[in-house]
Amino acid sequence: MPESLISARGLTKKYGDFTAVDAIDFDVAKGESFGLLGPNGAGKSTTMRIIAATSQRSSGTISILGRDPEEHGPQIRAHLGVVPQQDNLDGELTVSENLFIYGRYFGLSKKFIQNKIEELLDFAQLQDKRDAKVEALSGGMKRRLTIARALVSEPDILMLDEPTTGLDPQARHILWDRLFRLKETGVTLVITTHFMDEAEQLCDRLVVMDKGKIMAEGSPLELIKQYSTKEVLEVRFGSDRNKEVAPILREMCSRIEELPDRILMYVEDGEALLEAITAKKLHPTTSLVRRSSLEDVFLRLTGRSLIE
Amino acid sequence: MNQGIDVAKIRSRGATYVAEARIAQMMKWKGIIAIVAIGNPLFYLVAIGIGIGVLVNENSGTSGTGGVEYITFIAPALLASAALTGALDEAMFPVMEGFKWRKLFYAINATPINPGQIVLGVFIGAIARVVFTVVCYWALLIAFGVVTIGQSWDVIPVTIFAAGAFAAVIMGITASVKNEDYFMTVLNRLIIMPMFLFSGTFFPLNTMPVFLQPIGWISPLWHATELGRYFSYGYSISGTMLLVHFSYLIVMMVAGFKLANRKFAERLAK
Repeated sequence: MPESLISARGLTKKYGDFTAVDAIDFDVAKGESFGLLGPNGAGKSTTMRIIAATSQRSSGTISILGRDPEEHGPQIRAHLGVVPQQDNLDGELTVSENLFIYGRYFGLSKKFIQNKIEELLDFAQLQDKRDAKVEALSGGMKRRLTIARALVSEPDILMLDEPTTGLDPQARHILWDRLFRLKETGVTLVITTHFMDEAEQLCDRLVVMDKGKIMAEGSPLELIKQYSTKEVLEVRFGSDRNKEVAPILREMCSRIEELPDRILMYVEDGEALLEAITAKKLHPTTSLVRRSSLEDVFLRLTGRSLIE
Repeated sequence: MNQGIDVAKIRSRGATYVAEARIAQMMKWKGIIAIVAIGNPLFYLVAIGIGIGVLVNENSGTSGTGGVEYITFIAPALLASAALTGALDEAMFPVMEGFKWRKLFYAINATPINPGQIVLGVFIGAIARVVFTVVCYWALLIAFGVVTIGQSWDVIPVTIFAAGAFAAVIMGITASVKNEDYFMTVLNRLIIMPMFLFSGTFFPLNTMPVFLQPIGWISPLWHATELGRYFSYGYSISGTMLLVHFSYLIVMMVAGFKLANRKFAERLAK
C-alpha cells in the first residue's frame, strides 16, 4: 500500500445545526490524483478547507502529511498548495510580483523564488505576461497564475477547488493539459469539481459526495461499471409524450431515468434497444446512444443531476 | 518536502513578509502617496497657517493660542491629522481588500502565516506610510520655520504612535464590518470629518461649548494634537493630562489589536 498523505475518519463539520460534512472517511495516497465530485453544497469545499488546515473540524480525525491540523496548521500549510474556487490574486501587482510575494509567505529566499518564477512562468505559459498587471489577464490566464502561485513552494499536495468553473472550453482544455503534466511529475492532487468530464480527465480515484456524505468511491471507470451500464440511450418524444411513453420504455430495459426534457435508458447495447423502440413504432423525435458517464453514476446514487 | 521551508522562521518573521507585500502594493501608488504627503502640508500651511494665521494674529494676537503664533499652534495638529489620515487609508482599504474585494487575506491564510501575523503585517505597512507622511510634514514645518529641529524632533515618534493606535482600532472595526458601502460613507462623513473639526485642531478644545467637548475627548486626534503641541513647542500640559493622553492611546492600541486579532481569526476560519 502506498504512503497515505491524507487520512480522514468520521470527519465532521457542523455550522450550528447544519452538518456540512457528515462523518466521512477517505485516504489520499502519495502521487494520487483524488477527486471530490458532487453538486454545489455537497460539502466538498468545506472538506477542502479542513484539509487546507484553515478551518477546524467539529469531530472525527484527520491527518495531513502525518500531522493533526488542529495542532500543526502552519507546518501542514507549509507543504500544501491551495487553488481556491475564486482567484484571489493581487490585481494591482504584476504576474511575477504575485508569484514573488507569495513565495515570501513561505519564508523562501529571494534567489530561490526568482529561479522558481522562471520555471512557473514557463509552466503556466505566461512568460510574455510576466510584467503585465494581473487585472488585465483573461480568466484562463488568471487561473493558470493562481495554480502557478500555489506551486511556488513546491508543495507535496496541490489542492484545486473547482479549477475550471467559469472558464470557456478552450481555457479548460489548456488547464487540464497543465494539470495532467503536473500529475505526471508525481504531484499529489486533490480536486473538487461538479463537472464529470473534469473528474474523468483528471482523477485516478474519486468520492461522490452529496449532502455532506460520501455516496461511493472508486476510479471513474469502476464507478461507472458498478453504478451504471455500458451504454445509455437518450430519447426525446417531446415534453407531452415523454410521460405517455415512459411506462412502455420501462418494460424494455432494467433501468430508466425520466428527466424533464428526455428519457435515459440504461443498457449494454444502445443501438439494439433503439431498433426495438422503432419496431414498436414509437419514433422518438431525437435519439442518442452514448457511453455511461459519472453523471449517470451521480443520477443513480442521488436521483438528481449534478448541475441543476 | 521542500526543505527550504522553515516554519520556525516563518513563525517569528511572518508579519514582516506581510508588511513587505503591503509596501510593494503601496509602491504602486507611490506617486499619489508622495503628492498627498507633501501637497497636503503645503496647502494647509500656506492657506490656513499663513492666510488665516495673519487674520488671527492681527485680531487677537497670540492670546487665544497660548502665546504662540497661530501657525505654530496648528502645525502639530495638522501633522497629527495627516498622520491619522494616512493610517486610516492603510488600515481600512487593505482590510476591505483582504476580506472582500480581492480576498487577499484568504490567499495569505493558506500559507504558514497565521491571522495574527496578517494583522501585524498590515499594521507595520500602515506605520511605514505614517512614518513617510510625518517625516515629510515635519521637514516642511522646519523649512517654513514653524518649528525648530532641536525643539520638535520628538513630536515625530509621538505622532506616529498616536496614528498607530488609530490604525489598530480602524483595522479592528473594518474587519468587523460586513457591508462596506455604508461603513465607508458613515466613517468618513460622520466620524472622521467631525473628529477633524472638533479635536482642537484649529482652536483650543476648551473654547468649544462643553457639550461638544466630549467629541474631542474620545477622538485620538485630540490626544495626538495635545501631545504634539507639548512636544513641538512646549505647550503646557499637566502631568496628569500627559498620562491621560498616553493612556488613552495605549488603550486604543491594545483594544484595536485585540479586536482585529479576534475578527481576522474568525473570518479566516470560515
